[in-house]
Amino acid sequence: MKRLLILGAGTAGTMVANHLRTKLPSGWSMSVIDPEPEHLYQPDLLFIPFGTQTPARAKRPRADSLRDVDWIREPVVAVEPDAKCVVLGSGLRLSYDLLVLATGSRTRPEETEGLTGPLWRSEVHDFYTLEGATALHGALENFKGGRLVLNIVEMPIKCPVAPLEFAFLADDYFKRRGMREEVELVYVTPLDGAFTKPIASSVLGGMLEERGIRVESEFNASEVDNDRRVLRSWDERGIDFDLLVTIPTHGGAPVIGASGMGDELDFVPTDRHTLAARDHDGIFVLGDATNLPASKAGSVAHFQAEVLVENLQRVMDGRSPVEGFDGHSNCFIESGAGKAMLIDFNYDVEPLPGKYPLPLVGPMSLMKETRLNHMGKLGFRWAYWNMLLPARPMLIGSRMSLMGKKTALLNPNPSQAASA
Amino acid sequence: MTTAVFAGVDVEVNEEGFLVNSDEWTADVAEAIAADSGVGPLTELHWKVITFCREDAAREGTAPGLRRISKLSGVGMKDLYALFPKGPGKLAAMVSGLPKPQSCI
Repeated sequence: MKRLLILGAGTAGTMVANHLRTKLPSGWSMSVIDPEPEHLYQPDLLFIPFGTQTPARAKRPRADSLRDVDWIREPVVAVEPDAKCVVLGSGLRLSYDLLVLATGSRTRPEETEGLTGPLWRSEVHDFYTLEGATALHGALENFKGGRLVLNIVEMPIKCPVAPLEFAFLADDYFKRRGMREEVELVYVTPLDGAFTKPIASSVLGGMLEERGIRVESEFNASEVDNDRRVLRSWDERGIDFDLLVTIPTHGGAPVIGASGMGDELDFVPTDRHTLAARDHDGIFVLGDATNLPASKAGSVAHFQAEVLVENLQRVMDGRSPVEGFDGHSNCFIESGAGKAMLIDFNYDVEPLPGKYPLPLVGPMSLMKETRLNHMGKLGFRWAYWNMLLPARPMLIGSRMSLMGKKTALLNPNPSQAASA
Repeated sequence: MTTAVFAGVDVEVNEEGFLVNSDEWTADVAEAIAADSGVGPLTELHWKVITFCREDAAREGTAPGLRRISKLSGVGMKDLYALFPKGPGKLAAMVSGLPKPQSCI
């Protein structure tokens, strides 16, 4: 019996396991390894600070999303790619014929001096963890006004639009509480604009401006001065804050670093089209765990999962993997007041206005704030638990399509647009 | 895309000033880009960073981002900001004749 092991039962690992469950060729077994008893729907972390979702409703028992899948509830402490074996927390060694790394990414607040100092979780917060989002809810409820600074420490981060959504929702939240005049919102980013891609960056930058949110760009945070409540940068700028909401440095899973398989942030060097680990045979990587220049987002994990399932089947069958992944990503961007935007892009083509998923018809509008997009974002919660995780067929294809998009806006040299 | 003259040689650059073809880079071109972009005369420590960036890009196929440079080149973050003021990630790549680092998606 040959063995496929999947490390990690987050969005990516769970989808791959459920896709393959009924497609495994005879002579192969499959197990998923993850120590955590619950599965968190990470997009809900955005809503918890504003009280529109509760921590309890954001997670479900992991067993519910791994029905009929062999699930080993243990941490993995090391991968030994030369011996084709993983070492579990109990010391047990499991050999594999094929390994899927779906070990995700985590925040590393300790990478920034002073970030986890005396003000951590009182005046300095994050919302990328359940504990952080929950504590931030309390801090927002008690906020009496002053300067709220939102800072992205460095890229890459999970869901690169979430900080923008937080800014839009914060504007809306303080307006609804009748205290927007008392709150100064500042968006502090290491990027040279609101977003990584030029057309979307200009649209989103305009949306920040309309809401009176000041952008401080090309700011690489070096330190949080807890005594003076100042966020400092490496080029010696300083921004005072009353409440700091930080998106800390992200890194891959500790086991990747411990196994010597990662880059400087413990993300795994991965082939951008086949999803094979660049330096190791018999290993594939997907979701946030890769070092690919695609968004670290659930939609990317979804599109990658479809390519990866095909490639795993091909390799089990003795064939070579296909170069099927094009960097496709799409995401809703909550913009406040019951509206949202939608963007859709890949490695080579930046987000464009238009209709999605069907040309002209939509019903979703790309890069435009609509109520329907907001309903789409909320409806996606249901689709995530009931369609995506169980790997039931979805309407949208894994490859990006240009149909229905305003391609005339594109820079004539696509490699320029993609490199920003 | 435009042509710029660095150290008396015509080289192709994009609108942000990055070399289009990394093979057109020479030590003299690096000095000229450095002078042009406010980095100033290149010191031994600059060259330590540039040499790392070029070797790493040749190995990895992409220009290293700031964190990678600070972790692996032997030159720390504070020094990188002193050497390449206002944006060491971007400027180190530019002076090294590499494309803008892709570490930001």
